[in-house]
Amino acid sequence: MLEQFFQFLVTGVTVGSLYALVGLGFALIYNASDVVNFAQGEFVMLGAMTAIALLNAGLPLPLAAIAATLAAILVGLLLERFAIEPAQGASVVTTIIITIGAAIFLRGVALLLWGKGFHALPPFSGDAPIRLGGATVLPQSLWVLGVTVLLVSLVRAFFNRTLLGKALLACSFNRAAAQLVGINVRVMLRLAYGLSAGLGAMAGILIAPITFSSYEAGVMLGLKGFSAAIVGGIGNPMGAVAGGVLLGLLEALGAGLISSGYKDAIAFLFVLMVLFFQPTGLFGHKVAERV
Amino acid sequence: MKSLWQTALVALLLCAGLNPARGAEPIRVGSFLAVTGPASFLGDPELKTLQMYVEDLNAKGGVKGRKLELIHYDTGGNAKDAVSFVKRLIKNDNVDLIIGGTTTGDTLAVIPDVEKEGVPFISLAGAVEIIEPVKKWVFKVPHTDRMAVAKIYEDLRKRGLTKVAIITGDGGFDKSGREQLLKLAPQYGITLVADESYGNKDTDMTAQLTKIRATDAQAIINFGLGQAPAIVTKNIKQLGITLPLYQSHGVASKTFIDLAGDAAEGARLPAAALVVAEQLPDADPQKPVLMAYKNKYEAKHGPVSTFGGHAYDGLMIAVAAIQRAGGTDKAKVRDEIEKTQGFIGTAGVFNMTPQDHMGLTVDAFKLVEVRNGSWKIVQ
Amino acid sequence: MRLVGFYVFAAVVALLPVLFPTNYFVTVVGASAGLHVILAVGLNLLMGYAGQISLGHAAFFGMGAYASAILTTRFGWYSLPALATGLLIAGTVAWLLARPILRLRGHYLAMATLGFGIIVHVIMVQATRWTGGPDGLAGVPPLNLLGWAVEGDLQWYGVIMAAMLLTVWLSLNLVDSQVGRALRAVHGSEFAAQMMGIDIGRAKTQVFVVSALFAAFAGSLFAHQQAFVSPDSFNLIVSVELVTMVVLGGMASTFGAACGAIALTLLHQGLVVFEDYEMVIHGALLMAVMIFLPQGLFVGLSQGTRRLWAMRPKS
Repeated sequence: MLEQFFQFLVTGVTVGSLYALVGLGFALIYNASDVVNFAQGEFVMLGAMTAIALLNAGLPLPLAAIAATLAAILVGLLLERFAIEPAQGASVVTTIIITIGAAIFLRGVALLLWGKGFHALPPFSGDAPIRLGGATVLPQSLWVLGVTVLLVSLVRAFFNRTLLGKALLACSFNRAAAQLVGINVRVMLRLAYGLSAGLGAMAGILIAPITFSSYEAGVMLGLKGFSAAIVGGIGNPMGAVAGGVLLGLLEALGAGLISSGYKDAIAFLFVLMVLFFQPTGLFGHKVAERV
Repeated sequence: MKSLWQTALVALLLCAGLNPARGAEPIRVGSFLAVTGPASFLGDPELKTLQMYVEDLNAKGGVKGRKLELIHYDTGGNAKDAVSFVKRLIKNDNVDLIIGGTTTGDTLAVIPDVEKEGVPFISLAGAVEIIEPVKKWVFKVPHTDRMAVAKIYEDLRKRGLTKVAIITGDGGFDKSGREQLLKLAPQYGITLVADESYGNKDTDMTAQLTKIRATDAQAIINFGLGQAPAIVTKNIKQLGITLPLYQSHGVASKTFIDLAGDAAEGARLPAAALVVAEQLPDADPQKPVLMAYKNKYEAKHGPVSTFGGHAYDGLMIAVAAIQRAGGTDKAKVRDEIEKTQGFIGTAGVFNMTPQDHMGLTVDAFKLVEVRNGSWKIVQ
Repeated sequence: MRLVGFYVFAAVVALLPVLFPTNYFVTVVGASAGLHVILAVGLNLLMGYAGQISLGHAAFFGMGAYASAILTTRFGWYSLPALATGLLIAGTVAWLLARPILRLRGHYLAMATLGFGIIVHVIMVQATRWTGGPDGLAGVPPLNLLGWAVEGDLQWYGVIMAAMLLTVWLSLNLVDSQVGRALRAVHGSEFAAQMMGIDIGRAKTQVFVVSALFAAFAGSLFAHQQAFVSPDSFNLIVSVELVTMVVLGGMASTFGAACGAIALTLLHQGLVVFEDYEMVIHGALLMAVMIFLPQGLFVGLSQGTRRLWAMRPKS
């Protein structure tokens, strides 16, 4: 019984780290612009699909991964330049709908380029399961966990220690003030989208050996990543990670201990409970409203 | 001089417009399929097959001297769209018959309209409720989920395995399969010791499989389609579970083996003979039909799919019925479809009657196993 | 001015089937658009006026639909009591949910409504004995309005359009009523509204319940019109589509919401001929409209018409 429980925990953390990685991308763009980018899941998908396509074209995996990440960053920059920037000044809700349109657009492009099938990436270091005291975990899951931790610390350091990161944060706190102190808000925003896309692509490439990818893969991952970011307190990268792991654990424990059919309902019920008691998420900043 | 050229041009255009040798009215075949969305694994090869063969038939002169026109809409697996597109096909596009309804949900949703308007409808979906009870205008060409389950249970009984764990997804295909698994178990002396569920978009089923591992199950049945069964299969290997694994005909395609890798070795499932066409003895009456379809499809589109095969069966049965009926009068065509006898399709040999609007028996399914990365017939 | 707009709208709606009685696009697509208008107008009350974003609105749509379907199919009830029960269920759930959920703000509120929508959807899929599972319930009997069984596309067009006009009229009146003005004050500034003595908790709850009732009403009609229900029609994608309709048409405007609903319904029917290209075009159009008409289609179109009118040659 304990052994079973331990497997549930391992599964939960494994799945949760996928969500955490995607949630990180949401947190980044929100930090720069107050907008939730609904196309974030699509960046994850694009990273994976591009890498698979390049791999099948003959490139070795590391090169394919780097090229795919760069391609995704480019898409992120283009998205910001041609879809977000022209709508500068629009309300938050309008911008969100633009990102929804972008998500649909990117999904459509993926459909045209790569068809409707499922594709897989080979695991980075084989798929011989590793035994962890009664539970098993795939080597690829350890990659995901490891890289997530690395990326989170990098992102945190970026926001707290570098001037560029602080400038990015300043844009979301008060755009006008940021401009007044000489920050080029347009460039900052573009940077945020590019970075987020890159993060998303890396997540996709890490995840694809476990979950396969298809033109629609972004929808579910985007949803879970968004949930992770919100539960953790949107804007807080650490929160996004915590939220992701929590969500994964809730799903695995719900499936294992209560009912596998209702596991999503159980997980989201807990999410609702968290929000009712902590209206700004687990680690979110208390929001002060202008009267 | 100029006006002469102008007159000639106008005359030419007029002739082109008033061309009396237009040809007879085309035969309008309507279709609504889940080409995108969760059932695109089924709908995409179905559409490709229909398009391929309509083109092929037209190149050979059409049916009864009339060209076939395929009008199709993508439901995205959404039953609500199925209803509105079927209305569009019937009222707006004036189709003569309909082949489609990739999923059971799509099919069941449109039955009232099809029955009311009196349009022959050949469904490509699996559940047994589609033709039981029999509806006047509704036919179906794939095997039922009940047959798939019977085939699996037959094999389990042969191997002396009676305690079974089942794990299914949250799609219509999965759940109607599960219903049949529950219903038929007592008839074959099978006890279900676990009944787990996952979401079709989930990425990890180790939690559910861990629970299964703790029971005294002697075999695992996973009824599903898309990418999830491949993940289930890989998870089973990851957890070190060595029980015999049975899948459903939903994964009877090369894609499943590609995705699941060596974890798929030894998995068994019921499948239409299409996936093992080359292994059939040459004397088998299905073989020529299967090889012809397989070669034609694979030349253009890659690995063949049994679901595409169902579309082929549907189209060809309809065409044969139109030929026998001598035209597209809906009532006559319907009568002729019902009289389909000895028709050799990809799914088996069809013998329809007024009480049986499908025409296949359980033997039309072959039991296959994954060996060395490809399908092999068992028994 | 608003009332004139309403009468023109009603006249167009009434005339269309007279001019084109057998046109699929008028009767079937029109009915579908009508249901979407009811949903969008209800959601707009919540989003546009009360400023609360909801990504789970399809759940209330589904509650009405499943209530009608289950009660009439499995229990043999008459349609009107089933419809009323659907409204009761949706209204009660909305009322219970309102206080805790509406304390949340912005994205947290969106997440909570999203979670709610998913929970309801999971129940629809998993509670097979009641709901029929992922394939849903077929064979819902026709809507029985005091003896008249609604059958056929033309009759359904009439029923749905009547329902739609009713809800649009209700919405227009609500917006101008005391409750409506309280709502708009809340949207403008919650703090200020509170200072003026408005019970914001109560106002938000009221609008949440009303929007849920509109949705459940549409759901019951939908169940009878389609003669079947399935969870596909009530998932997250549908909720997002409804939000898109409201924003696309123009928030805080009943006609805006109606405009967005009609536009997106027509778009879907129109784009389907592009097959694999449908998604790309859909996404591109959505982005373009929101970039160039950020205040929504309705405002954009009326401003455009006004400009064209002003540009006409003065005689």
